[in-house]
Amino acid sequence: MSELFPRKQVMGFVFSLVLTAAALTVYFLDVSFTVGITILLATAFVQAAVQLVGFMHVGENEDKTMIYMNIYYGLAIALFTIFGTLLIMVWDM
Amino acid sequence: MDYFDRFAIPHPSPAIYASMVAIGLTMIAIVIGLTYFKKWGYLWSEWLTTVDHKRIGIMYLISALLMLFRGGVDALMMRAQTAVPDNKLLDAQHYNEVFTTHGVVMIIFMAMPFIYALMNLVVPLQIGARDVAFPRLNALSFWLFFMGAMLFNISFVIGGSPDAGWTSYFPLAGNDFSQSVGTNYYLIAIQIAGIGTLISGINFIATIFKMRAPGMKLMKMPMFTWTALITNAIVVFAFPVLTITLLLGTMDRLFGTHIFSMTNGGMDMLWANLFWVWGHPEVYILVLPAFGIYSEVISTFSRRNLYGYKSMVASIVIISFMSFLVWMHHFFTMGQGPLSNSIFSITTMAIAIPTGIKIFNWLLTMRKGKIEFTVPMLYSVGFIPIFTIGGVTGVMLGMASADYQYHNTMFLVAHFHYTIIPGVVFAMLAGLTYWWPKMFGFMLNERIGKWAFWFVAIGFNVTFFPMFFTGLDGQARRMYTYSEATGFGPLNMLSFAGAIGLAIGFALIVYNVYYSTRHASRDIGSDPWNARTLEWATQTPVQSYNFARTPQVDSIEAFWDYKKNGKPLFKGEIEKIHMPNNSGMPFIMSCIFFVWGFSLVFSMWIPAIITTIAIFACLAHRSFEKDDGHYVSVEEIEATEKDWEVLADENR
Repeated sequence: MSELFPRKQVMGFVFSLVLTAAALTVYFLDVSFTVGITILLATAFVQAAVQLVGFMHVGENEDKTMIYMNIYYGLAIALFTIFGTLLIMVWDM
Repeated sequence: MDYFDRFAIPHPSPAIYASMVAIGLTMIAIVIGLTYFKKWGYLWSEWLTTVDHKRIGIMYLISALLMLFRGGVDALMMRAQTAVPDNKLLDAQHYNEVFTTHGVVMIIFMAMPFIYALMNLVVPLQIGARDVAFPRLNALSFWLFFMGAMLFNISFVIGGSPDAGWTSYFPLAGNDFSQSVGTNYYLIAIQIAGIGTLISGINFIATIFKMRAPGMKLMKMPMFTWTALITNAIVVFAFPVLTITLLLGTMDRLFGTHIFSMTNGGMDMLWANLFWVWGHPEVYILVLPAFGIYSEVISTFSRRNLYGYKSMVASIVIISFMSFLVWMHHFFTMGQGPLSNSIFSITTMAIAIPTGIKIFNWLLTMRKGKIEFTVPMLYSVGFIPIFTIGGVTGVMLGMASADYQYHNTMFLVAHFHYTIIPGVVFAMLAGLTYWWPKMFGFMLNERIGKWAFWFVAIGFNVTFFPMFFTGLDGQARRMYTYSEATGFGPLNMLSFAGAIGLAIGFALIVYNVYYSTRHASRDIGSDPWNARTLEWATQTPVQSYNFARTPQVDSIEAFWDYKKNGKPLFKGEIEKIHMPNNSGMPFIMSCIFFVWGFSLVFSMWIPAIITTIAIFACLAHRSFEKDDGHYVSVEEIEATEKDWEVLADENR
């Protein structure tokens, strides 16, 4: 019976609901811009990870190393680009 | 008539009117010619609807060569204008338009289709596949690129060319300072072509990962396929940045947002930043396939296997990663602090190391080889010293403090032509000559080819070497003229003379195509260069299904092992082959994209909305269409293969 119950998916669903609620609090609570945007960014990235693992079946086929490598590589490039741009354009160092 | 005023040219001149007439006459001639020779059906069924990677490759090639000549004429006009001080051949506005279109055409509409031409023609054959992973998407890629290129090219007769430089920096490219529709053309034409490139990138990665012949491990792939894989990986990571950057620019120009403006919270230098986040990887997108071509050519004509295969692979992988970490060196003088300049200076110098490794690998491949100086080999050997000059001056430019002296001068222009011409143009000419017999079944004449090489190589150096000196003396790039007192005159005249030499070289290449089509022998067998990789293990020209039986690979140079050690390449029985059907949808959809782009350029909203809906309708049509392809029967394959296999055995 326990194999038939889609535990991962149900957990994923509950978790994504919690994350959405957490993001929604930013609207209702009176927090500063920095705190608000931090909460939004954090919940957004966790949400994306939940979707990828829970519902888009990342890591469930033979290509999983390739897929993870791709995601990490894309993440690395994105972070370098974002922090490089911040360094150049905003922090002005 | 007010409505049609927008299509008028802002700065007309007799030359532009002459081009209008010439374009009109050419189009009429094409239509009449096709009708007279009853070729419309042939054109539609064999070319416009084709999904065959080899034919798509040939269409890419033709477009690239056309664009090469368009960009080349731009270049000649610039050299002619600056040949003598205070020249009146072009005015400032025309000069701006000419250097802008020269840059865009050469990078986006010449170099990119040229590398995709060769990838299309060669990669599926080198890995023993029957086509790319998504043949119809491949056709869509080509037609999107083609329509983007055509949209860009009509700009100078309808509405005016872009004139803000190929980098199109905002705020100069914004509505306040560039009032003609030229920059709209730039943004939208490149957007359309860029979507095509991004699709190609995904397509080739899937092809190389999923469709290699049995036994061909990643570390047994030919070097050109390796570079194609890594290039397309860079495309997939870099082109989305371009897409978004162009979109933001379009928003600013068409919908009045303030992303790159100087007022209302806009960040005016963000365009430069984003442009080069794409732009620097783009440089390596262009040069890595060239490295692959040189690797194939040098090892073939030195009669040796490639020296340091693993270090070659490692260096292209490292280059592809580092290409994303150096973008700021394009604007060291923009005003950011010393910390960022230092970081990017160091990454810039570091990227020279893997490139240096490759140079030494090529030299060591040639060492003790039996070198044959054929035309492709001449280009490859010529590339090494010339590219090294480009690389060394690149390290000079990479020193942020010294860059305050070099930036925006002809020194920079000389540097990037010293990297991009040997790094792309020489490679493409080498690849073109090398794979020509595979595409068309005859070889280009070696004698004329060698004359062309010497004209191109010497003409190139005479054109661009003087720019190092005028640049160090302070001649700024993109200046349409200069006074006699500056003393730049004689060296610029020398440059112009060199440009004439280059033009003669390219004219010789065209003549060579004509001459060889008429006189070259068709009886050349399927392996005229005595080459080492799988693309030569097929018929010449290649059968539509590439390989009757899938090759079995167990070394880096499977075809060479087959020829020298008699290791069997093809085993088993011939079976029926599943092939994709032709489709008109990619062409039709790209035509709609053309109209969509044209409407957006001129802010004509109703046609823009209609074509947007039509594009989505095409996508929906594709989703519901049932098309399972067709089978080539065993009898048909045997009939095609019979004559050839006898020949192949005789030639061994």
